Amino acid sequence: MQYMIIFREPMAEFDKREDPAQQGEYWGAWGAYIGAMREAGIIVKGDGLLPPATATIVRNRDGARLIEDGPFPDVKEQLGGYFVIEVPDLDAAIDWAGRSPAALVGSVEVRPVMPADMLL
Amino acid sequence: MTEHGAREAVARTARNSYGRLLAYVAARTRDIAAAEDALADAFAAALRRWPETGIPDSPEAWLLTVARRSAGRATRSAGHLAAARPVLDLMTEEAMDRAPVDFPDERLKLMFACAHPAIDRTVRSALILQTVIGLDAARIARAFVVQPAAMGQRLSRAKTKIKAAGIPFRMPEGDELVARLDDVLMAVYAAYGLGWEVPGGVAAGRMGEDLAGEALYLAQLVAGLMPGQPEPMGLVALMLYCEARRATRRGSDGAYVPLAQQDRAQWDAAMVAEAERVLTAAAALGRPGRFQTEAAIQSVQVQAPRGQSGNPKVLAALYDFLVTRWPSLAAEVSRAVVHGAAHGPERGLAILDAMPPDRVTGYQPWWAARLDLCLRAGDGAGAEAARKRAIALTDDASVRSWLAGRG
Repeated sequence: MQYMIIFREPMAEFDKREDPAQQGEYWGAWGAYIGAMREAGIIVKGDGLLPPATATIVRNRDGARLIEDGPFPDVKEQLGGYFVIEVPDLDAAIDWAGRSPAALVGSVEVRPVMPADMLL
Repeated sequence: MTEHGAREAVARTARNSYGRLLAYVAARTRDIAAAEDALADAFAAALRRWPETGIPDSPEAWLLTVARRSAGRATRSAGHLAAARPVLDLMTEEAMDRAPVDFPDERLKLMFACAHPAIDRTVRSALILQTVIGLDAARIARAFVVQPAAMGQRLSRAKTKIKAAGIPFRMPEGDELVARLDDVLMAVYAAYGLGWEVPGGVAAGRMGEDLAGEALYLAQLVAGLMPGQPEPMGLVALMLYCEARRATRRGSDGAYVPLAQQDRAQWDAAMVAEAERVLTAAAALGRPGRFQTEAAIQSVQVQAPRGQSGNPKVLAALYDFLVTRWPSLAAEVSRAVVHGAAHGPERGLAILDAMPPDRVTGYQPWWAARLDLCLRAGDGAGAEAARKRAIALTDDASVRSWLAGRG
């Protein structure tokens, strides 16, 4: 089955990406994790995302397009990246989600990818 | 083969093997709802075919073969099962010729899948009761005191999640196994309670004794699987103590007989001995738990001389321990009764009165205990009020007449 694992990180984690004192550790942890997934051959696709300040929110309401800056400011954890992985079952997906650096400081959501035949 | 005989055979197989058949079919597809449909279809096919063809040598194997094909068909063309009936009937003939002789018992895997942490906590035990024990949603809803429609929705949502999220049917290991154990044991215990409380009749298609026996078997299965865990053993011991005196809680006229008045000579001595052995083995592991404590209470009761309850001071201490760690209405009411015996009825009444009024007004054992304690305290008016409520709240005629005769 395919699962999307969605990483949510506190803002402090995004800051580490740029901080010379902490970025080595930050990227090292993610690099090791992604390397392990690659080695296991389970990655279908995936990306890290630029910090939430780069995000734009779009809504259509009453025929008008509303465009807003940034994601949802009152949320403690922000979307940091995602992977779609191919593993046998939920327990395997949970196991991979739990190994990510985000699980230590933020949270990881595990969602089954909608099977293609449901779209027909 | 008469139609009646075939019908009996189908009903018997449903009672004895429903959970085992469902677990086997569902374990392969992870789709509990589809497995339920397939099994219902197989039972319907049996009702049509067995009167003509006779009961197969292995009814379970016959049903399994038909259900598995039906399940496969359903995945390929969902919703067209009805149209496939004639084909299915033909296939059943074939199935009888080369049905598998034996199939593994997958109920443990199914129980632990239902107790997966990704399933809503409040529905895990109920889900086990429905899938493994085969109880209908209405009866489960009664056991958990929720609306049947709400329970039905929660159960179907949980089944959908197991399938859609890909929750595997496997035995968890280590900490994970222990974490899911509580929900599994709670479900088995609830099944036993339902079997125990059925007032000597058929309810929702399941005899009380069947349910109790199946619950005991499942508890033994879990205990056998986890020899290092004391609580499954505690539950087995608890059930054995209760089973040992099942026959004596009714007189020959069907009248309710309270524990102290039961004929001890008729208790199943071998079962009591086995309960003591299992409880001792559990206690030796040095990790007391809810079921071990409840079994210990039974042990004290069973050892009491005829005509008496167990040592009230010991029982009061055990109930104190129980309600502090695992509070429940039932345990708190029993605690009030044993404190009444150990320290006087006023102490028991004080414990009853301290319980939340909105939770006890409809709770029959609370009123029955109040009747008992008021009588002993010489509070005639209180006793009569409690008697009226206690009688109104039970639908068991023999308990009603026992309560009416108390004075």
